[in-house]
Amino acid sequence: MESETKSPKATQEKTEPKMDSKSQNYKLHAKNIDVFYDDFKAINNISLGILEKSITAFIGPSGCGKSTFLRLFNRMNDYIDGFSMNGNILLDDKNIYDPDLKVEELRKTVGMVFQKPNPFPKSIYENVAYGLRIQGIKDEDFIEERVITSLKQATLFSEIEDNLDKSALSLSGGQQQRLCIARALAVKPSVLLMDEPTSALDPISSGKIEDLVHELKKDYTIVIVTHNMQQAGRVSDNTAFLYMGSLIEYGDTQKIFTNPEKDRTQNYITGRFG
Amino acid sequence: MNSTDTSRTKDKAFRILGISTTVGCVLILAVFIGFIIYQGMERLSWEFLVSLPSRFAEQSGIYTAWIGTLWVLVLTTLISFPLGVGAGIYLEEYGKKNKLAKFLEINIANLAGVPSVIYGLLGLEAFVRIMKMGNSILAGSLTLALLILPIIIVSTREAISAVPSSIRDASNALGASKWQTIWHQILPASFGGILTGVILALSRAVGETAPLIVVGALAYVPFAPQGPMDEFTVLPIQIFNWVSRPQHEFVINAAAAIIVLLFITFLMNGIAVYLRNRWQNKMNW
Amino acid sequence: MRIKEKIIEKILAACALVTVLTTLGIILILAIEAFSFFGKVSIVEFFTSTQWTPLFTQKSYGILPLLSGTALTALIAITVALPVGIIIAVYLNEYAPRRVRKILKPLLEILAVVPTVVYGFFALMIVTPILQSFIPGLSGFNALSPGIVMGIMIIPFVSSLSEDALSSVPDSLRQASFGMGSTKFQTAFKVMVPAASSGIIVSAILAISRAIGETMIVAIAAGSQPRFTFDPMVPIQTITSYIVQVSMGDVPHGSIAYQTIFAAGITLFIFTFILNNISYWIKTRYQQKYE
Repeated sequence: MESETKSPKATQEKTEPKMDSKSQNYKLHAKNIDVFYDDFKAINNISLGILEKSITAFIGPSGCGKSTFLRLFNRMNDYIDGFSMNGNILLDDKNIYDPDLKVEELRKTVGMVFQKPNPFPKSIYENVAYGLRIQGIKDEDFIEERVITSLKQATLFSEIEDNLDKSALSLSGGQQQRLCIARALAVKPSVLLMDEPTSALDPISSGKIEDLVHELKKDYTIVIVTHNMQQAGRVSDNTAFLYMGSLIEYGDTQKIFTNPEKDRTQNYITGRFG
Repeated sequence: MNSTDTSRTKDKAFRILGISTTVGCVLILAVFIGFIIYQGMERLSWEFLVSLPSRFAEQSGIYTAWIGTLWVLVLTTLISFPLGVGAGIYLEEYGKKNKLAKFLEINIANLAGVPSVIYGLLGLEAFVRIMKMGNSILAGSLTLALLILPIIIVSTREAISAVPSSIRDASNALGASKWQTIWHQILPASFGGILTGVILALSRAVGETAPLIVVGALAYVPFAPQGPMDEFTVLPIQIFNWVSRPQHEFVINAAAAIIVLLFITFLMNGIAVYLRNRWQNKMNW
Repeated sequence: MRIKEKIIEKILAACALVTVLTTLGIILILAIEAFSFFGKVSIVEFFTSTQWTPLFTQKSYGILPLLSGTALTALIAITVALPVGIIIAVYLNEYAPRRVRKILKPLLEILAVVPTVVYGFFALMIVTPILQSFIPGLSGFNALSPGIVMGIMIIPFVSSLSEDALSSVPDSLRQASFGMGSTKFQTAFKVMVPAASSGIIVSAILAISRAIGETMIVAIAAGSQPRFTFDPMVPIQTITSYIVQVSMGDVPHGSIAYQTIFAAGITLFIFTFILNNISYWIKTRYQQKYE
């Protein structure tokens, strides 16, 4: 209903009642999430909703659980030994932890970009085509078209146009990361999770990624984890501040950065700890 | 002062001891191999490779032996490669958490330490007698396949675990199923390492003697085997047979056959090392 | 899709289960044949008689001669392999410049890939004649020569396992020792070797296990006369070479001679099984120490 996140006011109102979590208009909706690694409680009762076609940033000091929380949205934590959780997460109002849900299908809808660029040791073309091939798509024209669109979307195409058959490992770090974004886009997800996507990159490459993220917002719901405060401030519409597994504050980015409600948020943002 | 001097002398002495011991070992090997070549080279000829065994040393050849070795090598590969790689994949990718996996791991470590002659007893009873394969190439190959299985499993696991987890994450995050990730990403990336391990294991199988003697490979086979159910001999057994004879001419035959056996072994190891180096360079992403 | 995944998993699990079947097969076969052997021969005689003559008309079934032969050759082998292997490991890990190491290590590995039947040839044709030239009483078949050659064969085994143990000691310990003014020698033998001791012990145990199970070298160069002795100069027989000797001949299934190789086999298996498990146990404990 209200996907127009343009006005900060709207999002602010939207995100204010996050703890009682009653709105149905969220693209992603986490409800009363606890996460345990064996006996260690990594996430402590977090609820929050994420609006469609917005950019939401998770910030907080290392080990606060922001990456763990992010990885809940495409169930990447499932592989970790000793992982268990309570609560549920809705994607378009459907519980993604439903035992009948196919996790492979979920991940086609919820794409992910990782901290370090992780291209496959294959050609640039095959990297982007991979997600389609594993879906059993054989139509080579279709694949090629999709590869090129995705590379264009990821603003990489012009740089590597003539070298699609070259190994992805020959690209620079920044190019590799944009390739990974293109690879994620090729399967047409509606959500893109980004786990500190620029932490391994130089400032110029980071800038390109940030521009790209901004561009992608038109079509995708983006959740980005970052330890870089300025980055969160620059790119996101909403920001969630996590500390020691708890959600301390969540709301409009501008408000969080200029006038946070909690002292702890204030201290973190101004660099007094972290 | 004085104690420092003694320490430094000891240090120097050990350095000399260390290098001379290490080089000494290599030299002993060189002397051994030199001796073999010196003894056996004169017998090594095309005749020797294509002649059947004979009562007369000068007319004897290793034709039946190396054909037998080749048969055993091929069958052992066909049996042990899929089994070993499959088991390696299972242990590394599927059964990591459970108790069964722990048990399997200890079991494999144990099997790797079982003397090869014991595998011979297993093969004798299980394949030769109970499954009624007789003293055939197939029985021998199955025995050797079980013998080298632990080596293949362990090296498969090592090669797979060397694949960075970021590759696995990337594939999973794109919606790949577990097997798709293994088949399209993990196996291609680890194949060089797996192949290296398999070749090393096979080179060990080529040199094995005792288990094949126990399963009934014969010292004297008049004709080269035609199929997997035929009786057979292999190069190491032929060598063993010749070494055990008192006549000097047969010892020379043994030396010549050893040159051939060493050539095969070193060649396989050389290929394995080459593949490993190439693979390791590729793995630096 | 999901069914396919399940089937694949089952197939892979079946591959892994082959290893369990192998172990079960070994244990069952050895046990069953040995059981019927002990139906005919008293277990007391087996472990106390000092005569092993199952192939003679005057039959006697005492395993002690084979055990002494096995122990003797293994002891000689380990006396050669352990000190040399450790010296090489310390030298390569603590002293050798990287370039030297890069050349010597693969050369040493060659020792490990030479087939054992070839080592048997070396023992019989080279080492025994050399030894005879300065040990006058040495018989043509003896325990000394195959023992030494077996030792040479397992040197790379000991040295590479010990080297792994040494290199898994944190570098900070080495730095600390150097920082206090120690020489390399002191650092190596007062800090590194003690810190890696459990790994080195593992390598020694596994080497013993290897030597006990080694077959062809002794089958070729030690003779085939079961003899309850610890004299390295005379012909002896080991458990393994006895099994080979019987297998070379034509022994009908079900005969008591046939069953002796299983009785001998299970004795060998038990010894190596115990040694391997001790080393595995030490290894898992010691890995936890540094990780």
